[in-house]
Amino acid sequence: MMRMSKKEKKGKRKNREIMLVTWAFTLLFLSMSVYIVRYSITHKQELINNSYNGRQQILLAQNRRGKILASDGQILAQTVSDGEGGEIREYPFRNLFSHVVGYAVNGKMGVEGQENYYLINSNAPLSQKAALEAQGEKYPGDDVYTTLRVDLQQVASTALGVYHGAVIVTEPSTGKILAMVSKPDFDPAKIEDEWEGLINDKESSVLLNRATQGLYPPGSTFKIITALEYIKENPDSYQNYQYNCTGTITRGEDRIQCYHGSVHGHVGFNRSFAKSCNTSFANMGLSLDRTAYQKTLNELLFNQKLEFGFPTGSSRVDMDAQTTDSDMIQISIGQGTTAVTPLQMNMVTCAIANQGVLMKPYVTDYVMSSGGNKIKSYEPLEYTKMMTAEQAAIMSGLMADVVEEGTASRLKGLSYTAAGKTGSAEYGTVKGDSHAWFTGFAPVEDPQICVTIIIEGAGAGGDYAVPIAKRIFDAYFGIQ
Amino acid sequence: MELYVSEFSRYVMALLITLYTYECFAVFRYEDEDQRKGIYLRQNLLMFAFHFSCFLVICFETGDITYLFFYAFQEIMLYAVIMLFRMLYPKSNRLVVNNMCMLLAIGFVILTRLDFSKAVKQFIIATGSMGIALLVPLFIRKFKFLKSLKWLYALGGIFALSIVMILGQTTYGSKLSYSIAGITFQPSEFVKIVFVFFVASALYEAAGFFEVFTTAVIAAAHVIILVISKDLGSALIFFVVYVLMVFVASRNILYVLAGAVGGSGAAYIAYKVFTHVQVRVQAFKDPWSVIDSAGYQITQSLFAISSGGFFGLGLYKGTPDAIPFVEADFIFSAIAEEMGILFAVCLILICVSCFIMFMNIAVRLRDKFYQLTAFGLGVTYIFQVFLTIGGGTKFIPLTGVTLPLISYGGSSVLTTLIMFAIVEGLYIVKQEEYERQKALHKKRRKQNRAKRDLEEIEFISDEDDDQSNDEDE
Repeated sequence: MMRMSKKEKKGKRKNREIMLVTWAFTLLFLSMSVYIVRYSITHKQELINNSYNGRQQILLAQNRRGKILASDGQILAQTVSDGEGGEIREYPFRNLFSHVVGYAVNGKMGVEGQENYYLINSNAPLSQKAALEAQGEKYPGDDVYTTLRVDLQQVASTALGVYHGAVIVTEPSTGKILAMVSKPDFDPAKIEDEWEGLINDKESSVLLNRATQGLYPPGSTFKIITALEYIKENPDSYQNYQYNCTGTITRGEDRIQCYHGSVHGHVGFNRSFAKSCNTSFANMGLSLDRTAYQKTLNELLFNQKLEFGFPTGSSRVDMDAQTTDSDMIQISIGQGTTAVTPLQMNMVTCAIANQGVLMKPYVTDYVMSSGGNKIKSYEPLEYTKMMTAEQAAIMSGLMADVVEEGTASRLKGLSYTAAGKTGSAEYGTVKGDSHAWFTGFAPVEDPQICVTIIIEGAGAGGDYAVPIAKRIFDAYFGIQ
Repeated sequence: MELYVSEFSRYVMALLITLYTYECFAVFRYEDEDQRKGIYLRQNLLMFAFHFSCFLVICFETGDITYLFFYAFQEIMLYAVIMLFRMLYPKSNRLVVNNMCMLLAIGFVILTRLDFSKAVKQFIIATGSMGIALLVPLFIRKFKFLKSLKWLYALGGIFALSIVMILGQTTYGSKLSYSIAGITFQPSEFVKIVFVFFVASALYEAAGFFEVFTTAVIAAAHVIILVISKDLGSALIFFVVYVLMVFVASRNILYVLAGAVGGSGAAYIAYKVFTHVQVRVQAFKDPWSVIDSAGYQITQSLFAISSGGFFGLGLYKGTPDAIPFVEADFIFSAIAEEMGILFAVCLILICVSCFIMFMNIAVRLRDKFYQLTAFGLGVTYIFQVFLTIGGGTKFIPLTGVTLPLISYGGSSVLTTLIMFAIVEGLYIVKQEEYERQKALHKKRRKQNRAKRDLEEIEFISDEDDDQSNDEDE
């Protein structure tokens, strides 16, 4: 026995090189197999949605595109036969969900684009498929259930009226998007006929989803970020902040005025925020550490691509260690080169309402086959922690004061409590033209709903945006 | 009904190939061919079941029952191969034969689905090639002078490749083939075998610096001609086979390192000099940005691979035809799409099991020339599999070589079958020698037994000798 094993060892040693090559190739092939399996599974959806992939057409020839439904089961989009052997995609609410539900042609948009993979695949039971095949019918594609609420969408859209702008309504504890309106809107059913006109209309950019892609000067809503940074840098002494507002402040070329020439006089920290005193915030901004401010902006997801299923604009704030004083006073009050998306402001507001934790915003709740099997379920996911729970509580208090004694007083004294921040963002060269902003949540004690509103060129946020927020809150809490 | 058949068949095929693949590796648990008999029988049954169910699906999907005739011919051919190898060469390694048939069967099925006329052509060529392959072990047994022809191999190889470079037809940017009497040959395929024989015959006696250097010059000539002909895949195969054969012959890892450094340098120069190399690299790094041009093939291939899922879309349910040259360079993607990722991975594993068996045979061969030949042919085979599958899945840049025994291509099938047959032949020669020795031992043992009563001490030492001789085998 002894001798045998010795012999064997010798034999192996003799052919060590061949064994080495054998092992090397075997490992190479194993890693390649793992790669192939991983690649094919993780890229499946992305690749099927590629317009160069002809398999989409095959699936559509075989399956009838699935339905898109609201959270209560109302149909937002469905495919029916046109009676002549063809199919048409119906959108029962016409313009109401134009951007968020989107369209399924010409590059696709909204939920139609994001969930295309599920809509064109069918997980119907085999027996049902067999029965349909016998009749020469197509298989039903899987249905997409959204988090959208028809009533809130309706209120938001009606309230915005003929103004251009956007409204986002979300649930801060989960990230569910309850409503998303962008105006001007369009009828997705007619998109193919109107396509040429729509893409050539550079003036009003109808196809742009302003809620996620629109980049606006944030105006005074940006004071949320300046205030947060001030609290972070002065955690124990921010309440001692004092300033005497004379209506203007000047640094270099830049001169800042309070809105409509107001003079706020002696203001503390809370009052500066509630009254939205520009000069006080410019003064506050000058005291801030620019590198730390830049870090805070990163934590709040500015200057980066947001993780969201729809195309999004990247909010832009030009801040670094070299930022000059004259730029600093502009940035502190959300003017200058600063530009943000309504989605971005909504996310920051949601984090404040949810103890500093931002939940990932999402619009698809689950996907269900026609046989009633859940194919895919989207669970609430933590996106990032934007601030500590203490900082969120302080911010929440500041925003509640805006309602109680500041610019959002139209939300005061209702059956529910609300908190928020208004903004009147100046744009263009004509003095006085401003976008009306409001971003806030309710109730203050236990936030359930978070809204962000922008109305292009309407005027003061407190006058135009806050009433829309009230109508949405009222609808949410069931107040007529 | 048709729906149930096509749904059900996806799982049946996956199950059959999984079981077959399992048996491919179960073989290695046993040393002795006799003990493996049960495994081989099960493999044959699984292969026939797989082949039959595939053609059943093809008939169902196309509604054309005439495919069954084609099936019958294939069935007869595969059965004949298995039986003939057993009858002509009782000592043959049946895993090699089984895998050869299984891979051919998979190739016939997917080619029938992709392009019936090409499948028929492939079948005819494969049948003819099989006839040649059956004679190869006989040839190896009879002709012992193969190791002395090294300069003939070298000149023959370079000559054949040069002719293509000068006269050859340009297929899709590379000069690959020439036609004689209406039949198109792709010499780089056959030269692969000749090249392995050359390196083996040049290095089997000694692999010192001088031998390595002279063979390196010849090898470099092969590679350079292929690069000029723009046949980068073959050039890479020749290079890797050469480096690894030198490594085994010399037992010096430094040659591999030198090869790696030299190869990288050459690759870099090729990248700088040849635009078609740059295009390939660009298509590998980001095919999506050149999806209209250089990236078209690879992205279509990725679409195919990712659309099948674990069990595939089912035969005729996908669109593998969207990939240009799917039946040659991208057949693996077509298989992954319609037969599933599980099937595709099993296919990879079957190829690996062939390779491991080749290496297993190489290790046992005592004759250095035979050993190097078996090793070289094994590496040629597996590296080509790696290039084509890795290229089609964007694991490595695309080089455009065929998947041996499965892809459409007469030269490729003939060459691969001959390669398999040569390794089989080496194994058979070795087994027969072993049998003869065993018979000799028996005789000696008998004599010993007669002597035992008389001389006890001598018996002990003889017994020891017997044992050690046995272990050698």
